[in-house]
Amino acid sequence: MSATAGTEGDVGAMGEPVISLRGVRADLGGRPVLRGIDLTVRRGEVVALLGANGSGKSTAVRSLIGQVPLAAGEIELFGTPRHRFREWARVGYVPQRTTAASGVPATVTEIVSAGRLARTRFGLFRKADREAVRRALEEVGMADRASDSAFALSGGQQQRVLIARALACEPELLIMDEPMAGVDLASQEVLAGTLREQVAAGTTVLLVLHELGPLEPLIDRAVVLRDGCVVHDGPPPEAVGQHALPGHDHVHPHAAADPIRTGLLS
Amino acid sequence: MELLDHAFMQRALLAAVLVGVTGPAIGIYLVQRRQPLMGDGIGHVAMTGVGLGFLLNTSPVWMATAVSALGAVLMELIRWYGRTRGDIALAMLFYGGMAGGVMFVNLAPGGSNANLSSYLFGSLSTVAPEDVTAISVLAAFVVAVTLGLRRQLFAVSQDEEFARVTGLPVRALNLLVAVTAAVTVTVAMRVVGLILVSALMVVPVAAAQQLTRSFAATFAIAVALGLGSTVGGTVTSYYQDVPPGPTIVLLTIAAFLVLTALATPLARRRARALAAARPAGDPAECAIPATREPSDGVGV
Repeated sequence: MSATAGTEGDVGAMGEPVISLRGVRADLGGRPVLRGIDLTVRRGEVVALLGANGSGKSTAVRSLIGQVPLAAGEIELFGTPRHRFREWARVGYVPQRTTAASGVPATVTEIVSAGRLARTRFGLFRKADREAVRRALEEVGMADRASDSAFALSGGQQQRVLIARALACEPELLIMDEPMAGVDLASQEVLAGTLREQVAAGTTVLLVLHELGPLEPLIDRAVVLRDGCVVHDGPPPEAVGQHALPGHDHVHPHAAADPIRTGLLS
Repeated sequence: MELLDHAFMQRALLAAVLVGVTGPAIGIYLVQRRQPLMGDGIGHVAMTGVGLGFLLNTSPVWMATAVSALGAVLMELIRWYGRTRGDIALAMLFYGGMAGGVMFVNLAPGGSNANLSSYLFGSLSTVAPEDVTAISVLAAFVVAVTLGLRRQLFAVSQDEEFARVTGLPVRALNLLVAVTAAVTVTVAMRVVGLILVSALMVVPVAAAQQLTRSFAATFAIAVALGLGSTVGGTVTSYYQDVPPGPTIVLLTIAAFLVLTALATPLARRRARALAAARPAGDPAECAIPATREPSDGVGV
């Protein structure tokens, strides 16, 4: 299930590619943000996309879902060119957000139900769909808040709601953009647990992360971007530079005693 | 009710009911995507349609529908393709729409700004029999869209980027919201008037959400408030001989103020109920612990 670092050539040993970016270039406001990215994620892999602010990691993910137009290159999802890809029920997406709320109050269930639309016909909800929404809420430990307004939740709880929304369609591929940003430690632990279960069930995961943090044991492979180019594609990088200095040990709840590798290759 | 003896009042009340339902029904999605003033912009553009209707001697309602739908689509396109100066382009559309309306009315034979006044602030006596047909057809369209596609529109208005990944036709749905808002503006035009139409899309929703936690409840209460204020405003307008538009809008604002005043004790009671439901080991008050714990996440 857990594949190690894959390169373009050795298809035989791995699962089929679920995500494939080849020579992807993208500009934002006339400035090149991606300068020819190659990235392959195979079935069952858990890949972290790392890099400093402005390195292009969010743009790479957003180009994947069609939110950012490409200047050049090709993207395939489940072996289908992205512009012809229609099986969105296979993809769960967690956008980078600080809140799940919008201009009008909405309950946690109402928000998570939006994630189930891909599995419904014309938006008609059956019993199985309501069950799936409830299951997704249980997976992130928010079932007891199902009828609360999203306005009433903490930042970590909002993030859990956003992840439940992505899980509601029971995806084979989970794409998450900074799911741990602004999340309290209790919620981080819940999210790491949720992700562990998803990975155990065979879900393929692509995560944009600022630092590996409590998710580190789950990551098969890390891809590091710098200035819109891939500068590392392999095992999760060791802490170097600022993050490796004494005094920069982050305290993590799952193993408070051990020194933990965090931070980025830079 | 002697006011129902008059055919013009029957028509005005029917129009008021349709306006009261459709305004908040589409408005809630505009508020949800944080574009509450879009209705205002469409109202300004619709003036050009009314002016053209006068000039070409066709029905101002259908002409206003066509022009405001076109303007709404243009606003959506500016939102997609426009870069940083999108707001400037929108402002030009607003003012251009208003200026065009005044210009065309004055170019029309025998036309003056007085013709425009009933369209700007609403009027009871001007809902013509042929308007009733047009308004009913348009209102049926608005209700069908806002209720029939509520899950899709909720998803797109809540989080456009996410909605794209659920495979929804985001652009088509956004265009549909824009056109539906334009249609609502022309439904409301005769009774509330183009200047004040946006209030009926926004204020009942803002008032309802003082009390609610769910989208469904906000939708229902907003429509009820909209209906109450349009019918109440139309009746008041008949007895007091004032234009219906301002009466309706002032009623919605009164509802907003009353519900806001009611909401404060309600929120307090909810907080108390939440505190009571909390397990004993989880106090609502903070106590300063004697030592730091690893789960505090404080690394030195």
